[in-house]
Amino acid sequence: MSNTTHSELHHAAHDDHHHDESEKVIFGFWIYIMSDCLLFATLFAVYAVLSNGFYAGGVDPKSLIDLNFVLGETALLLFSSFTFGMAMLYAYQKNEFAMKAWLIVTFLLGAGFLVMELYEFYHFSHEGATPFSNGYWSAFYALVGTHGMHVFWGMIWMIAMFVHFARDGITESNLIRLSCLSLFWHFLDIIWICVFSFVYLFGVYS
Amino acid sequence: MAVNTVVENPDPIFGKLSLEVIPYHDPVVLPVMIMVILGGIFMTGLITYKGWWGYLWNEWLTSVDHKKIGIMYIIVAIVMLLRGFADAFLMRSHQALATSFDTGYLPPEHYDQIFTAHGVIMIFFVITPIVAGLFNLITPLQIGARDVAFPFLNSLSFWFFMAGVVLINASLFIGEFASMGWLAYVPLSGIEYSPGVGVDYWIWSLQISGIGTTLTAVNFIATIIKLRAPGMGLWKMPVFTWTALVANALALVIFPILTVTIFLLTFDRYFGTHFFTNELGGNQMMYVNLIWAWGHPEVYFLILPIFGVISEVVATFSKKRIFGYKTLIWAILAIAVLSFLVWLHHFFTMGSGAAVNSFFGVMTMVIAIPTGVKLFNWIFTMYKGRVEMNAAMWWVIAMLVTFTVGGMTGVMLSIPSNDFVLHNSMFLVAHFHNVLIGGAFYGFMAGLFYWFPKFTGFKLNEAMGKMSCALWFVGFFLAWVPMYLAGFDGMTRRLNYVDNPEWAIYLYIAFAGVLVIAAGLGLIVLNIAWSMLKRNDPAYKDVDGDPWDAPTLEWMTDSPPQFYNFAVTPHIHDLEELRYRKKNGMAFKKPAKYSRIHMPKNTWAGVVIGVFSMAFGFAMVWHLWWLAIIGFVGMVGSFVMYNFERNKDYYVEIDEVEAVESEWLARKKV
Amino acid sequence: MSHSAENHSHGSIKEYVLGLILSIVLTAIPFYLAITKALDVKITMFIIVICAVAQLLVQMILFLHIKADEKNTWNIATALYSLMIVFFVVGGSLWIFMHLNHNMLMGH
Repeated sequence: MSNTTHSELHHAAHDDHHHDESEKVIFGFWIYIMSDCLLFATLFAVYAVLSNGFYAGGVDPKSLIDLNFVLGETALLLFSSFTFGMAMLYAYQKNEFAMKAWLIVTFLLGAGFLVMELYEFYHFSHEGATPFSNGYWSAFYALVGTHGMHVFWGMIWMIAMFVHFARDGITESNLIRLSCLSLFWHFLDIIWICVFSFVYLFGVYS
Repeated sequence: MAVNTVVENPDPIFGKLSLEVIPYHDPVVLPVMIMVILGGIFMTGLITYKGWWGYLWNEWLTSVDHKKIGIMYIIVAIVMLLRGFADAFLMRSHQALATSFDTGYLPPEHYDQIFTAHGVIMIFFVITPIVAGLFNLITPLQIGARDVAFPFLNSLSFWFFMAGVVLINASLFIGEFASMGWLAYVPLSGIEYSPGVGVDYWIWSLQISGIGTTLTAVNFIATIIKLRAPGMGLWKMPVFTWTALVANALALVIFPILTVTIFLLTFDRYFGTHFFTNELGGNQMMYVNLIWAWGHPEVYFLILPIFGVISEVVATFSKKRIFGYKTLIWAILAIAVLSFLVWLHHFFTMGSGAAVNSFFGVMTMVIAIPTGVKLFNWIFTMYKGRVEMNAAMWWVIAMLVTFTVGGMTGVMLSIPSNDFVLHNSMFLVAHFHNVLIGGAFYGFMAGLFYWFPKFTGFKLNEAMGKMSCALWFVGFFLAWVPMYLAGFDGMTRRLNYVDNPEWAIYLYIAFAGVLVIAAGLGLIVLNIAWSMLKRNDPAYKDVDGDPWDAPTLEWMTDSPPQFYNFAVTPHIHDLEELRYRKKNGMAFKKPAKYSRIHMPKNTWAGVVIGVFSMAFGFAMVWHLWWLAIIGFVGMVGSFVMYNFERNKDYYVEIDEVEAVESEWLARKKV
Repeated sequence: MSHSAENHSHGSIKEYVLGLILSIVLTAIPFYLAITKALDVKITMFIIVICAVAQLLVQMILFLHIKADEKNTWNIATALYSLMIVFFVVGGSLWIFMHLNHNMLMGH
């Protein structure tokens, strides 16, 4: 195989690949999101089946779930989805300052969400509902915790994006990366809609 | 609150590792271990002596070329096939001895490890890499693409797979192999009944290689949808590419189910959660439900690409267009959807009742219809064709016959009331060997004989190929028809000792069958070695890249194909583009002008991340937490580092393209 | 959904604000009903599901910019395919275990 590199020509001739490249990568990431979707679906199925079984004498979720608190978490995540959208708009307008500002807001909202979730886990465990209590609580922590892990990785990714932007500014490849992250972030909010509806809201009833 | 069920306190440095975990006292394992170590030393010495490390690293380990990755998948698959077959041989010989006259030579715990190893290896480390290898080798060439959509991700998938291979093989020599059956049903795979590391090896090797498969699925769906050559609409896609698209669409949505299921089992075992436990509201049947919600589409993920292979081989050697192309594609799509609606037939006896069992039973019968459609497609393609009866076609015909028999016994099992009698019996075991060997393996062999010259530059020996096919065909029925009968008689699977003297005769005949199959397998290996020696002989050499007068695009390249695949991206006119071009005198023409070719550079990242993932898996098995942290941080860190790298691609200059192309076209005498 | 710099399908402030407002409304309704328990259980659960599905669609269209034009064919096709499988896996599991629990006299 040829080892000659032609980085000097790289940028000049690269333009015709731009459109294809961005479309290909974002579509590929979309496909990955679909796969992640099934990951959550499986966790929802486990949650649904295990919550239909016995509670086995553990703590009743009804007595623990505080809907006002969950509403707070939901608000943080929903607003972070919106602020990410704003960041994307400014990214396309090549307004690096505004983009970064909105991204920082998004990051903080995500961090707030995670802190609230961790507090909730701590509180539940303190009340005797740990992942080891019974099948229901194992499934609860698996589902909500996996969503939380995704939010955590999304935030790590955001930090990586800041490094990318600091190094190269708003380039085509950084825009592609940010678009993928935006898909990921909006997707997490969509999953959260299902979590608060089927875990928390249904939880206070069943 | 339940206490953490992991009782022991592992050493902070060595975790659960100690010298005792190496089975040097085991008379069966020790010789194998010595051979592997000596072989390893010999290979390392040879590579060092010949100075091949640089070549190996630059041209193979770091390669992002889909053709090289594909070849590596196939080589690993064939090596693992030999290992899996050795297990089969041990089981058959042991059962033939362990009748009411004797106790056989394998102690029960060893026998359990062997049937588990056989299943795990054959499914995850033989057929899966065969299929992944075929995607890699064929798909980009058939759609006229330079490479896959994400070449680095492709390399990463391969190295995740390799990490799984290394882990599962390590468990033979360090610690113990799992002994709970290939799907690790709970509660047997739970910490109470399997406190050893065997299940943990199974968990991490499947988890890591499974993530590789998910990434492969993402990659190939994006490749097939976004990188087809201009003019290739969906209905001009070759059948193999169609099956690759559909199979990867299956893998994309089922492998996450496996990932979650294994993760939850991991949590049960490592931390004492209650997903699949018997007590405290866990649900063991949920494990079975999920593993089959993955497992059934999974077998279609394995067999659909093989259907594609058969379609390509039949169309080429019948010198005809594939019969009923559109019906064939619709049948593939129907199978894909239906494959998600049959998973309960693996546990009819669970007790979910008549309504549920009838639904899944009927859906299982329905899925036989599109599969039957395909058989007729292939038969009618041969009908009135000028069929060239070479080794590849022998394997095709062996596949059509054997697979049909296996399919029919599957329909028998799909009736829930039958299943209540036959489940967990040798009848079931015979059924799925009938479809996996008769379908997947024979189909792969047809593909091997067909595509071998494309990627090596020489053909395999025809006579030996036909002979090995005949041996497999005869040996297969000799081995499995008695097993069907024994199953009808009530012989259950996984028996370490058979106390019914009436079954002895079945087991003897089956062992004779395995001996015949062994000869067939030996002949395949011999054939590859022999043909390699004879590769410059005119009878073997593929001079110009199109030895079969084939219809599809991959044959429009040199053998082995140029590293950039096509100098000029072809414009597609027809399903059988190359046949169309030959007919219209457009094939193998020197284009008006060449242009520079944009190519991805090789990268260290795939192999390095793979090695870290292997260290991570090994550390998790042995509770070496420090190594687990190194492995995990290493994986994430390498990925991020790769992400920040620049200059991941380069251009092949026109002069070089022209030189490579002219040399090839001169050989083609165009 | 293609976020390429050459086209303008990546939304506008108007879309994002509209999406936010609709999402707030569709979140507020089910939370209000669940907190106050103003309505019958079955009706409330039904409304919760409706609002969840509606908000899902709102976010898909206004945040992810998935519209039924030709450029998005494959995105929509893959999304519908995944939804179908989600339905099979979740719905199938629930159905199977409902029958199993009934036959095994578990729980209910």
